[in-house]
Amino acid sequence: MSLLEVKNLGISFGGLRAVDDVNLNIEKGQLYGLIGPNGAGKTTIFNLLTGVYRPTTGTIKLDGVDIVGKSPSEICQTGIARTFQNIRLFKKMTVLDNVKAALHNQVKYSLITSFFRTSSYYQLEKQMNEKAMEILKVFDLDGQASYLASNLPYGKQRKLEIARGLATNPKLLLLDEPAAGMNPNETAELMETIRLVRDKYNITILLIEHDMKLVTGICEKILVLNFGTELATGVPEEVLNNPEVITAYLGE
Amino acid sequence: MQNIKSNKNHSAFTKKNLFITAGIILGFFVVMLLAEGSLLNRQYKSLIVPIGIYIILAVSLNLTTGFLGELSLGHAGFMAIGAYTGALITLNLNMPEVAEFIIALIVGGSIAAIFGVLIGVPVLRLKGDYLAIVTLAFNEIIRSIINFLGITGGAMGLSKIPRYTNYVWVYAMVVLTIIIIYNLVNSRHGRAISAIRDNYVAAESIGLKVSKYKVMAFVIAAFFAGIAGVLYGHNLSVLKPADFDYNKSIEILVIVVLGGMGSIRGSIIAAAILTFLPEVLRAADDFRMLLYAVVLIAMMLFNSSGIRTRLEESGKLPKLPKLTRNKAK
Ligand SMILES: Nc1ncnc2c1ncn2[C@@H]1O[C@H](COP(=O)(O)OP(=O)(O)O)[C@@H](O)[C@H]1O
Ligand SMILES: [Mg+2]
Repeated sequence: MSLLEVKNLGISFGGLRAVDDVNLNIEKGQLYGLIGPNGAGKTTIFNLLTGVYRPTTGTIKLDGVDIVGKSPSEICQTGIARTFQNIRLFKKMTVLDNVKAALHNQVKYSLITSFFRTSSYYQLEKQMNEKAMEILKVFDLDGQASYLASNLPYGKQRKLEIARGLATNPKLLLLDEPAAGMNPNETAELMETIRLVRDKYNITILLIEHDMKLVTGICEKILVLNFGTELATGVPEEVLNNPEVITAYLGE
Repeated sequence: MQNIKSNKNHSAFTKKNLFITAGIILGFFVVMLLAEGSLLNRQYKSLIVPIGIYIILAVSLNLTTGFLGELSLGHAGFMAIGAYTGALITLNLNMPEVAEFIIALIVGGSIAAIFGVLIGVPVLRLKGDYLAIVTLAFNEIIRSIINFLGITGGAMGLSKIPRYTNYVWVYAMVVLTIIIIYNLVNSRHGRAISAIRDNYVAAESIGLKVSKYKVMAFVIAAFFAGIAGVLYGHNLSVLKPADFDYNKSIEILVIVVLGGMGSIRGSIIAAAILTFLPEVLRAADDFRMLLYAVVLIAMMLFNSSGIRTRLEESGKLPKLPKLTRNKAK
């Protein structure tokens, strides 16, 4: 059984069919790419998978569980985390607190414990700090843990978003253009980090990316989307040599 | 109760707690000295209780406005509910003073909190700035109802409320408010609240229940406004509906804005200064609302996080370590 099973997924905005009859099967541990020209519907698929939008047609199953109709916060708890194309950090919070906020459902204590700081407060906060620092270290952000998120340079903000998503302990991590705005060096480094994250945390990753080098470099399988519909699915070398795909990109 | 191993692990925290406890005791003696000694004249001594009440109001409103990021223009409405509930309790109960007053404080705060739930649950679910309008309306509706009801004494209000409030009670309630709200904003619940303020879409995406935490912050703020109301009624001994018009809510909001959104220490200092100054500059009283309006507009325009922060950032003041989370660079 696939980790993610999407069948006949579709959504309309007014007259616009932004996503139409998309099927997607992602196996556990896979690094999957979602590509396509601007406006193809890639981000919309992420919004459908995470419950931001409710699909007009189709089913979405994570580990066999139907998640259509669940709220974004419920879907996160069933195991999907994401980043955003336009970075959405908790800007006035520290880098460390951005990650600790994402540990909310994993390290728990009651409101009364918060109010009066009983001994479990200190124990569990310490546990959270350690967990959060460990994740920050993976992204080389541990040195900036006490910075406000808004004071990080752009590339590090992108990384912090991934770190925050990872902190929710997802089965499936969705990355929306993680390398956008990065230079080739940063992109290469990010590729390594993504691969490492997948192996170290044993998760499955679906990423949207325009950087073909990144896509062919790390994705094991890709789906090409055009005008909301599937154009091709398969291993990167095959798909990118597909004449239809080439036309879609050149025609852009 | 704690086992030895965990004590050892957290010795740093224990030490910090010791400092805080010492500070609270020391603070109490300072307040006692001011209230009982001959340092201050009668006029200034009479300000100690109002300053404490405004600190509770400002710190609690800061939870809604600074940490949750929702504009509430009805804090005086919750204060009114607490004030009248508390007064009706002590006017009608026949118990020892301390017991009666504790009941009044708890019930006054709780009824205010219940109203917080009634308003917060429907309104905070909506996206956008509906809360400001609804809380403003709530404030005026509460005032009208109190004005209309027989049990609250109508426009004449309530009188002969026992004068139970003194600096000891106020000090205790101020400390309780600050500890609870400071601890809350630095806990997993507080992080959820601040995360929602900064970006609710991202907050949902990491599994936070946005409505739940919005209501939680709003209701806790209402509870403490209720407590401040109970203290207020038992300080003046009389209550009139006119004490709780929207000007009062604006006044509390000005304190929060001046002290800095999300700065607990700022709220405390601004509450003290803004209660003290008008009393000293009686002549300026007529201009107070005008001054407040100008200050509010100016602060909104500059999108400020408080005068202190502004001056610190411009290098005109030395940096102080902050009490709140917005400490880092
Ligand atoms: N909430 C919305 N309302 C109306 N149209 C939308 C909405 N979200 C996305 N769209 C439209 O759907 C199409 C796909 O957008 P998107 O998924 O963002 O593309 P991309 O593949 O570049 O990520 C675009 O035409 C966009 O304008
Ligand atoms: Mg997009």
